Amino acid sequence: MRLAPHWRVRAQRYQLRGEVCECCGRHLFPPRDVCPSCHQPANEPFPFSGEGTVYSYSTVYEPPRGYEQYAPYTVALVRLKEGPLVTAQLTDVDPEQVHIGMPVEMVTRVLREEGEEGIIIYGYKFRPVLERAAASPAQ
Amino acid sequence: MQSVSIIGIGQTPVGEQWDVSIRDLASRAVIAALKDAGIDRPDALYVGNMLSGPLAAQEQLATLIADWSGLRGVEALKVEAACASGAAALRVGYMAVASGLHDLVVVCGVEKMTDLDGEEATIALMTAADADYEAIHGTTFISLNAMLMRRYMEEYKVPYEAFAGFPVNSHANAVHNPNAMFRQAIDRDTFLNARMIADPINLFDSAPISDGAAAVVLCSTERARELHRHPVRIAASSIATDSVALHDRHDPLFLSAVYSSAMKAYQQAGIGPEDIDLFELHDAFSIISALSLEASGFAPRGQGTRLAVEGEIGLQGRIPIATMGGLKARGHPVGATGIYQVVEAVLQLRGEAGKNQVQGAHWAMTQNVGGVGGTAITHILEG
Repeated sequence: MRLAPHWRVRAQRYQLRGEVCECCGRHLFPPRDVCPSCHQPANEPFPFSGEGTVYSYSTVYEPPRGYEQYAPYTVALVRLKEGPLVTAQLTDVDPEQVHIGMPVEMVTRVLREEGEEGIIIYGYKFRPVLERAAASPAQ
Repeated sequence: MQSVSIIGIGQTPVGEQWDVSIRDLASRAVIAALKDAGIDRPDALYVGNMLSGPLAAQEQLATLIADWSGLRGVEALKVEAACASGAAALRVGYMAVASGLHDLVVVCGVEKMTDLDGEEATIALMTAADADYEAIHGTTFISLNAMLMRRYMEEYKVPYEAFAGFPVNSHANAVHNPNAMFRQAIDRDTFLNARMIADPINLFDSAPISDGAAAVVLCSTERARELHRHPVRIAASSIATDSVALHDRHDPLFLSAVYSSAMKAYQQAGIGPEDIDLFELHDAFSIISALSLEASGFAPRGQGTRLAVEGEIGLQGRIPIATMGGLKARGHPVGATGIYQVVEAVLQLRGEAGKNQVQGAHWAMTQNVGGVGGTAITHILEG
């Protein structure tokens, strides 16, 4: 059972925490020690807003081992509003309704369950931006 | 640095070979290549392989293959670069001979993928992607490529049908390749009506899981003329890398590693894309064929599919690709693929490609891609 690899990235999985490069200002997700753009050390944490749009997507009909129970499901590349692309599943949406450019927001969901004895892995998925409740109650 | 040539080739049939183990697949290819070269004992064996651990439960692979090929005692190493492992091993063999460190080297690519079921193979293949940030989300290699294809169709206004020419061409060329996995032609409708795997990529748009091994023997060009009637010179060998994860790229629709490795190869060979007579590219998915043709200088961006639509990728076209069936129809035993490409290019340059012969072929280019373009390895052969 692989435990530590999931625990290590908990801030990324639960909070979408990345970094901002203090040298060139680029926002990075996932975080890394060296900015891929300016090659300077990068270590200033940055929590992403979780808002973005769909860059591309695909509905998976033939899943890998461990994901059979979720199929078909839709994976996407989401362009976060701060700049980076992130790979994640879309949730709470009919695959037919998904389109490139669709506004989405991050939510926390179960990514995978590893059976009775195993762990439950939580992390980010993205859903269509919900219509906010009408701003003003009946007047 | 000395010039390097290929003086021997060997290959096994590609397919689901339930009765053959990884060691026997590899040793058959190695022995065939040594026989073709007329050599008993090389100085070293380099093995390209991606997944012998998870799929065949075997590591220390090169040592085992050396022993099973009758070469116990020689220098032997496995080289891994995901689906580009085969060409990566060739690169290592090329460096060994070019540097003068070794005189005679055999390079083998092998993959045994059918000892586990398809779901296990799919998850093993995903180890070439980013484990923490791609694989955990249930993405598969097919869905990563599918996202590229969808974005490409949207950005360049390319219809789905435009991709049909790639698998149709690969299958047509596999019909006359006795070692190919799928030796039957398909038509456009077969492609358009195929079962979806990860939309928009369907069954006939994806290279199959398969078993196979291929091998080549290398020596200095100077010595090659004494040893073989028709040596083929390696005019260029180059590797370039990109980010492993698709989401870490500034522009996912531009395969920058493919571009860099191709441009370095042209420079080393002293030729350009207009001189290439055939191109064994990495057609794991037709979107990768289109993007590779673009990044290698055969088509402007967004127009790679036009070469397929206009019939320019056929054996008589401007740039024949997948001339023996490619990854799609010859099959894609991942770590072996890069060596199959080279073996097939050598057959073309020797004039031994039978009904698939590209007439007057003098320059051949092979390109093996790891992951979704994270590694790209280009070789140019002259013969």
